[in-house]
Amino acid sequence: MRVERQGWKTSVLLLMAVLIQPGSPVFAQYQDQTKTTLSPPQDIRAFDTPSDGGDSVTLIWAPAAYDSAATKYQILLSEGSAVDPAAMKVVAEFPANQHYVRESKWPWWTRPAAGDQHQFTLRNGRGVELKSGTAYSITVAAVLSDDRGIGMPVRVTPQPNWINWNQINNLVLALLFGGIVLYAIGRARTKEIFLRRIPGLDAVDEAIGRATELGKPILYLTGAHDMSDPSTIAAAVILGRVAKRTAAYETELLVPHRDPMTMAVCQEITKQAYLEAGKPDLYKDDSNFFITSDQFSYTAAVDGIMLRKKPAANFFMGAYFAEALLLTETGASTGAIQIAGTDSDHQLPFFVTTCDYTLIGEELYAASAYLSREPVQVGTLLGQDIGKGLILCILVAGTALATLGALLGAQWPQLFLDVFKDVK
Amino acid sequence: MIFLRRQVPLLITLITGLVFAAQYYIPHPASEQMLTSVTKWLQIIGGFALVLGVSSLFHVHAIKIRRKEAGWGYSFVLYVSMLGTIAVGLWSNGKEAVDGAMTSFGWIYNFMMVPLQGTMFAILAFFIASAAYRSFRARSREAAVLLIAAVIVMMGRVPLGEYLIPLSGDLSQWILNVLNASVRRAILIGVSLGTVALSIKIIFGMERSYLGGGKE
Repeated sequence: MRVERQGWKTSVLLLMAVLIQPGSPVFAQYQDQTKTTLSPPQDIRAFDTPSDGGDSVTLIWAPAAYDSAATKYQILLSEGSAVDPAAMKVVAEFPANQHYVRESKWPWWTRPAAGDQHQFTLRNGRGVELKSGTAYSITVAAVLSDDRGIGMPVRVTPQPNWINWNQINNLVLALLFGGIVLYAIGRARTKEIFLRRIPGLDAVDEAIGRATELGKPILYLTGAHDMSDPSTIAAAVILGRVAKRTAAYETELLVPHRDPMTMAVCQEITKQAYLEAGKPDLYKDDSNFFITSDQFSYTAAVDGIMLRKKPAANFFMGAYFAEALLLTETGASTGAIQIAGTDSDHQLPFFVTTCDYTLIGEELYAASAYLSREPVQVGTLLGQDIGKGLILCILVAGTALATLGALLGAQWPQLFLDVFKDVK
Repeated sequence: MIFLRRQVPLLITLITGLVFAAQYYIPHPASEQMLTSVTKWLQIIGGFALVLGVSSLFHVHAIKIRRKEAGWGYSFVLYVSMLGTIAVGLWSNGKEAVDGAMTSFGWIYNFMMVPLQGTMFAILAFFIASAAYRSFRARSREAAVLLIAAVIVMMGRVPLGEYLIPLSGDLSQWILNVLNASVRRAILIGVSLGTVALSIKIIFGMERSYLGGGKE
């Protein structure tokens, strides 16, 4: 019994001896909680931000025990190789529980460190002017009330880069889709491909025929944009097919334009169409004419043409804005057959309600293939459909993986999701 | 001649198409500089093209006036307005105001052009009403769905409607955020793929009708 009591005393003494050791972990923890000076941020790394134009630098540093909303991090910067932090300027400040690598927009293949590390990218603007090729000293300071722990300054030189690796997924997907389109074109050359009916395009012949019977002209608009917009190019391509038929039926064609360059291109297309139809003598340069680039002046002029000349068929192809309803409603009031085709999704409801047929979105791009039935054109449609199938699969898989990631708190679904992030 | 009319434009299209597709992935200032320069070229070419457009406008309306076609009076008004504005614009050195005082060119713009544009835009309200009246007549199942959806959204978007039918606010948001947004995105995906496919065809010379038709 006496031996047991002595053993107990020995244990207490030993424990006290351990506790009062200044180097012991238990003591160190206690000291951390009570000391008044913040320890400086550790493992600071600075480097030229990859995949940029040379106007930013990135800092990485280790997370600290004091990371919280109350503590702040300051980014200090100076030109040259200053080592005195007092000479450095504070260029950014934020709560210490923000700016982690995992929060950055960089995809996993360009992330410079583990997700729990701090990351801050300093860019030009708001009092910061980083010059490409100039050396800077940069560091991070932790601030809590009056306490400040400043990290060791590091040197960094911003440099421009030649490849944006953050968007390399875009390039891979674009090349993949391009490959699919080329494969589909090759397949269409050897095998007949089914094309579903597009009532709006079937109605083209009917509209031209009606105009011919009534002896009235056909009005064709190519939209609000210039030739740099794919929808205008698609509209110009369809104009070629329509012009060929108006030439064959000897019907008058009116194409008022908002852009002089589009007018010049459409004149060439129309001339070629009349040549191919074997009616070059019927071609008139004035069938394509310029009105104005101003939105509502153009609308007023076209509305005037509709009311005075009363075309039997109106075609609205290309991109449109607020003028869409002004044009189509006036056309509807004249009793013309109206066929619209646009990729301006915000104007689609107006076209659907006021036109007899509407080519919705991609149907505008499919029109050329539908009207010509050339293998190259039809093959492109097949390629687009395969692309859409792939996107559908990716949407389903992405939704499932994102849900799984949220439920399990796992990071691995991000490996898949990042590949399809910011695809444009 | 065919080489100049066909092969050269196709070659220019191929090279510029590939270069500017690559430009999207190159953040270097040299790449940005190239894009800026080409954009300026486009603006300069656009300026020259405007001469083409204006000459077409003069030509078309001159014929109408000469032949005294129906509505030739409008063409005459166009000539007077255009020449008058050009003269006044030259007189005012193309400035709308000098030292805070409005010039005659500024007067034409502010008191003629702007009200006329505003008038055209204002007509839109009446056209929306007439188009809605025709579309919302429940003659088919689709039109009935359109009518019901439109009524809910209209009620949910105005304070009085939401006061009378409190549920309409949430319901209209759901229609806009879920049904409408999903369909719009589906359309946009199709449009984007169509745009990329058309661009590929143009860059690689498979689509040539924009050069003036023909397949030679």
